[in-house]
Amino acid sequence: MEEEQLRALLRDLDALKQRPDDTASIERMRERVLALMNPAAAAACAAAARSKIKDMSSEVVDSNPYSRLMALQRMGVVDNYERIRDYSVAIVGIGGVGSVAAEMLTRCGIGRLLLYDYDTVELANMNRLFFRPEQSYSLNITTVNGFETFLASLKARSSHERSTGVDLVLSCVDNYEARMVVNQACNELGQTWMESGCSIWSDRPREVCGFEYKGVVAGLLVQNALKYLLKFGQVSPYLGYNSLKDYFPTMEMRPNPQCSNPACVQRQKEYMEAKPARDAAAKAKMEAEASAADEGPIHLDNDWNISVLDDDDATTSSIRSSADILPEGLVRELPDADSYPEPPAPVSSSAIDDDLEELQRQLHALNSS
Amino acid sequence: MEGWDKGTKSVVGEIPLLSIRAGPRDGDAWRQRLKEEYRALIAYTSVNKAKDNDWFRISAANPEGTRWEGTCWYVHNLRRYEFPLQFDIPVAYPQVAPEIELPTLDGKTHKMYRGGKICLTVHFKPLWAKNCPRFGIAHALCLGLAPWLAAEVPILVDSGMVKHKDDEAAPSEASGSAPAAAS
Repeated sequence: MEEEQLRALLRDLDALKQRPDDTASIERMRERVLALMNPAAAAACAAAARSKIKDMSSEVVDSNPYSRLMALQRMGVVDNYERIRDYSVAIVGIGGVGSVAAEMLTRCGIGRLLLYDYDTVELANMNRLFFRPEQSYSLNITTVNGFETFLASLKARSSHERSTGVDLVLSCVDNYEARMVVNQACNELGQTWMESGCSIWSDRPREVCGFEYKGVVAGLLVQNALKYLLKFGQVSPYLGYNSLKDYFPTMEMRPNPQCSNPACVQRQKEYMEAKPARDAAAKAKMEAEASAADEGPIHLDNDWNISVLDDDDATTSSIRSSADILPEGLVRELPDADSYPEPPAPVSSSAIDDDLEELQRQLHALNSS
Repeated sequence: MEGWDKGTKSVVGEIPLLSIRAGPRDGDAWRQRLKEEYRALIAYTSVNKAKDNDWFRISAANPEGTRWEGTCWYVHNLRRYEFPLQFDIPVAYPQVAPEIELPTLDGKTHKMYRGGKICLTVHFKPLWAKNCPRFGIAHALCLGLAPWLAAEVPILVDSGMVKHKDDEAAPSEASGSAPAAAS
């Protein structure tokens, strides 16, 4: 609650800058400060929570919290929006992007949220937000123990008995180490996941990359997540947002066949093996959409030479060149590992004959001298 | 290796490189990697002693070798400042470098994440990525912790954020007088 109120207060202050004599806004701010000073009253409001609603009604009534969401279904954008309640999403990292994403997914009616964050202070704040997470984990997933806990929690059956594990993992972490860990975990479990991140490219003051920017990133992430879960629209493999230029580059991301990670290579293999089924499904979908689109004659000739991009086309062309070409405005953060041109010196490549305990003793001896 | 001083560059060349790409969950391969880690640490420590620049002690805190603890020190204005150090081997190691922590400095400098993890220069991570898996714990110490201490300790001491342990003695001990009697 407090964090929400503080953010709202910040927004009011910013609005006040534009309209200094907006007395209504000043009144609102005063009320917020009073609410912050009197958390008991605020808690009482939160306690009067409504009971869980059994079925999502699309009835457009003020008392129906789902009426606006179900509108998506009525308008034909989404089939069967109610399915959102069957889905579980794990969010790793409850900072700027993650917390906003969690709030958005809750407002959309997601079934279950698993939240992970290393920072216990922020997790304590979560309890005061307007929703109560079913499960939340405060752990560092990059350590060996933390990682095992992370894996186990993703695999664990949900109480609904319908789903095992989670349907989607959203990575909203702010560092390379944690990203690699989420990648590793999802590769091992064959889990679909989406990555998000914010970075500041210029040396401008921090205000440039503030809450509003993170809100946009969170919005794009959640939108992509909903498209994936509810199967509407096109899920972008990569979407970027350059807020200074309002530029949204997209690109295909191909896996690295020379990836050093065995789990990744295994998943690539499975993906290629499932290709015929995927192609058939895509073809069927296209045919269904084509026939639904027009009642008129089905086009036997293919004037425009429309064809589904075959995965093989991409693999036969040089993978390196397609992987190297990035859309304008994107740069790689880290270089690739060098491969040694000549084999390493004999000293380092031979197996070390001393056993581990002997080496430990040697180090210990040095430590004591 | 731009961005590093000549001293660091010459020392790092004397630390044996590692060859096994294995992390803490890789069973036997990890044990082999650990051997390479020890060999590098032994060599690095010996080089330091030979150059009269012995500046850390480190040992595995658990039999799996996934947690390490020790001490490091830095000499500033002829005084030696010691700091306990610790870190876990991350699951994604060696692709990901260990995050070295100096818990007694937590909160005293901006160049540190919560929990005392030192914030390394922009040079470190790209260098680690380029050299994966040849760099190990010894390299993280030489290229990560050592430059960090050299950059941060003088500032911390000169600004008063860090006191030498002799200066931290309680006032009654320092003055050498008997405890004041209640009046």
